[in-house]
Amino acid sequence: MVDLQGLVNELVSKLRRRKVEGSRATARLTAELLRSVISQSKLPATNQPAALIDAVRDVGGKLIAANPIELAVGNIVRRVLHIIREEDHSNARDAVEGFRLSVGGDNDYIVEQDHLNLSVAAQSSLCRPSLHSLLERSPNSATTYFTATSEDDSEEKRKSLDPIARSLEFRRKVISAVNDLIEDINTCHLVIAELAVEHIHPNEVILTFGHSRTVKEFLCAAREKKRSFGLFVAEGAPKYQGHLLAKELAARGLQTTVITDSAVFAMISRVNMVIVGVHAVMANGGVIGPVGLNMVALAAQKHAVPFVVVTGTHKLCPLYPNNPEVSLNEMRSPSEVLSFEEFSDCMDYRIGTGAPQLHVVNPAFDYVPPELVSLFITDIGGYYPSYMYRLIADYYSSDDVVIQQKPAS
Amino acid sequence: MEARRASRTVSDPKVRHVGFFTPDPNPQPGWNPLASDTPVSNSLSPVMIPPPRQPSDRTAAVPVPETGIRRQTGADQVPVGSYNPSESLLGSSPAPSSPSSRVGLVDGEFSEESNGWFRRSESGKYASSLPDTMVDRAPENSASAAPVLESKKSVEATGKGGKAVVEEQNEVQSSSMPLKEKTTKAERRALQEAQRAAKASGKEGNKSAAVSQGAAPVKPVKQPSQKKDGPPVSVSVSVVSFDKKGGDRPPEKERKKDVPAPRMQFDDKSRVQKAKKHAVVKQTEARNRVELFRHLPQYEHGTQLPDLESKFFQLDPVHPAIYKVGLQYLAGDISGGNARCIAMLQAFKEAIEDYSTPQEKTLARDLTAKISSYVSFFIECRPLSIGMGNAIRSLKTRITDLPLTLSESEAKAALCSDIEHFINEKIILADKVIVRHAVTKIRDGDVLLTYGSSCVVEMILLYAHEMGKQFRVVVVDSRPKLEGQALLRRLVAKGLSCTYSHINALSYVMHEVTKVFLGAASVLSNGTVYSRVGTASVAMVANAFHVPVLICCEAYKFHERVQLDSICFNELGDPDAIAKVSGRTDVNYLNNWANKENLQLLNLMYDATPSDYISMIVTDYGMIPPTSVPVIVREYRRDHVFI
Repeated sequence: MVDLQGLVNELVSKLRRRKVEGSRATARLTAELLRSVISQSKLPATNQPAALIDAVRDVGGKLIAANPIELAVGNIVRRVLHIIREEDHSNARDAVEGFRLSVGGDNDYIVEQDHLNLSVAAQSSLCRPSLHSLLERSPNSATTYFTATSEDDSEEKRKSLDPIARSLEFRRKVISAVNDLIEDINTCHLVIAELAVEHIHPNEVILTFGHSRTVKEFLCAAREKKRSFGLFVAEGAPKYQGHLLAKELAARGLQTTVITDSAVFAMISRVNMVIVGVHAVMANGGVIGPVGLNMVALAAQKHAVPFVVVTGTHKLCPLYPNNPEVSLNEMRSPSEVLSFEEFSDCMDYRIGTGAPQLHVVNPAFDYVPPELVSLFITDIGGYYPSYMYRLIADYYSSDDVVIQQKPAS
Repeated sequence: MEARRASRTVSDPKVRHVGFFTPDPNPQPGWNPLASDTPVSNSLSPVMIPPPRQPSDRTAAVPVPETGIRRQTGADQVPVGSYNPSESLLGSSPAPSSPSSRVGLVDGEFSEESNGWFRRSESGKYASSLPDTMVDRAPENSASAAPVLESKKSVEATGKGGKAVVEEQNEVQSSSMPLKEKTTKAERRALQEAQRAAKASGKEGNKSAAVSQGAAPVKPVKQPSQKKDGPPVSVSVSVVSFDKKGGDRPPEKERKKDVPAPRMQFDDKSRVQKAKKHAVVKQTEARNRVELFRHLPQYEHGTQLPDLESKFFQLDPVHPAIYKVGLQYLAGDISGGNARCIAMLQAFKEAIEDYSTPQEKTLARDLTAKISSYVSFFIECRPLSIGMGNAIRSLKTRITDLPLTLSESEAKAALCSDIEHFINEKIILADKVIVRHAVTKIRDGDVLLTYGSSCVVEMILLYAHEMGKQFRVVVVDSRPKLEGQALLRRLVAKGLSCTYSHINALSYVMHEVTKVFLGAASVLSNGTVYSRVGTASVAMVANAFHVPVLICCEAYKFHERVQLDSICFNELGDPDAIAKVSGRTDVNYLNNWANKENLQLLNLMYDATPSDYISMIVTDYGMIPPTSVPVIVREYRRDHVFI
């Protein structure tokens, strides 16, 4: 338990100091931490899922508070919560089925009907917005309600079956589901990369911005499938990760041209497609990306160039952006833009002189509204921005959208 | 010699063909404008005088009364406020970077400047000397035309020591033979001779008049120009009136020639080879060339300078002043459209002062050739800006329009004063006028955004600050030149409160911005603004946020060329500047980029901003929408020539 606390604190401090960069790394670390939370936390004998949810929610709240800008943390916490809820639900269904099997033929029809209703209702309450459940739901039982007595009954029955074994089984299932999630995070770029040949034709000219592992794998996959295409890489000030991407892609045999960010507008008229990686995808289909991305998107729109976002599902965020340029942004050091030595005299707050004459603005992120995004390519296929809310309903439970409880309530 | 060589290098046969036609003094070219112009003016009733005369026409075309302003601002040469535009113009060039930095070589304007000009000068001379006397005389047939013309001339004469009396005489003289429209060649030649004689005799009187009358009001700058303006006035006012008329409606022939010659395309191997043979600056091809820009020169940077420096004392065809300025271009010590143009013109002035016409050659032709060779040297150092092209054009027109009777020293003095005048009127005064206009658009509480470093915008901001307006400035900058930092330094030193950011943060800072002020390298006649790379992005984002974009640009940078994208014509800077990020040692991924075969670095210098992003262009003729650029180009193109 102490060890767990230590792990949590370590990640919190890493996030707070911005030692972890990139949503993929953050997502993986978060998922791994939550996995150990699930495996190590002591659970009461009764009502395990609720206790587990509380534990995860507690740790998740801390992680999110450590870096509220890194939306991937919140996404993973919500995904894990969703996994727990689903396992709980499927457990319940198993229990119902087991009960049905064990009770066998000497049961009267009404009881059976009640439990069926329970399972369906539980299912629908857990993953109500899911497309799957909409399709699977049998039409005749959708509208019936179960009574309190039947719930008590089922609890009693389930506990009576094999509490310890089921508890272990439950935890094992949750952990394996979280492992799947981690696996997904690790390999999503490969899955996305397989779609590359469907989107890139020979002799295409592609522009990308900054550095993204997903984009790199995407382009390399197309290259390996013998597609030949030109590539412009905008350097992405102030991090200049575009240089790194260009170097890596050139080493893999792609014709790469590095341009400055200011030349994006000039070059975009010769570009067939813009492919970028992003920081997070919001529920409305808007995108949080490296600073400067909005400019690229506007230029692409002006020249009717498709603006394609490649993203893993762990970047899908169930929140709707409100004033994202400010609320989902953070300021980086001015020294990345302007050298302190040269301009230090203009930037100090001296008493009496009031505000300094010179402000340096160096935001880290940019918000691209959904109108400017042509397509999302995710590890589960390509989607239009307006469909994002639907995918989010598939991956998150609506109860988990708000994780941080207000201290008052 | 030099010019012939230069002109031959890139001339294409078709144009040369035209060039051979023009030397025929019996004016095939001259007849064309006549045919189109004179019959109309003859047949029309006096009320409908066709040639729309300058002063009224101008005021109609552009709301700002141009002559008035120019005269008025011409009067207060003393710097407004505490800053001196010329000082800030020249001082605004950023601190010299390493000698190897940025500079494109041999440019696209090569053919235009070196051949086109040579040819044009010849034909232009004939056109102006002969048909213009005729064209000019035509309106005078009708009685009511005379006053209009008269008034125009008096406007021109203001500030020139009031030589109205002399002009009157000339009027009488020229109108004494009004009806000989259909003269034969011989007759016309005789007429010309007579006029020349009259001019020569009138010159003496003019000079004395100038000295006696013009002493008090006229500034020393103008004095030489009087000396030169005087003589043509006495004959027929031919030069002046032709220039003005050309602005109105260029004759067919003239118009055809004004279509800019195609630029040198560097993907044309044979022509590049030819051009290389004669180049002073030895270029080495860049290794990793960008495929899309094969048509633009892509050379290694920083290799030519030592070579050129060592040749400084051996190079006789190039004047030392020219050589010096060329090297400064190459090294990047002079940058910024105005600073480059002024440096070039001053170098020309020095060269002209030291010039002496060789035996059995005429000044007009030989000097034009010399200038052409200088220009091609400049081009080798760094492609000309469009403003510089316009300045060269106007200078060459001045040279060819010099009256043949002028002695060499007089002609040189006249040209030098013309150059001075161009610098003062077209650049420094124009900037002042622009500042006056633009400052009316700044209100208290404004947040003004500017991009890069434009000396006009800087003057506007400083002037508004001096006027006590309360506003903030957002300076947006971009790699690799980071010119904004120098601007920021100067603005902060003057006490303006500034915000500094890089171009990627535009969407973030644009929320609070109320107006965007941008400079321009050139404004093309389809309203496209050709400017420092990134300007288009700034204008685009401003447009997306519904913030008005004001372009500040002197009218001498307007050009009749059109361009839709930033690729067909551009200038490429040093790619190494992209690989190195100043002050960031952690960004070193591209250190040995030249060894990687698949990797290219593209350092574009300019981009073209579509006119739909531009709310207004502030120029010395007033504030106009981008759609009115062709009007300015058309109406005032000749005006660059008229001094």
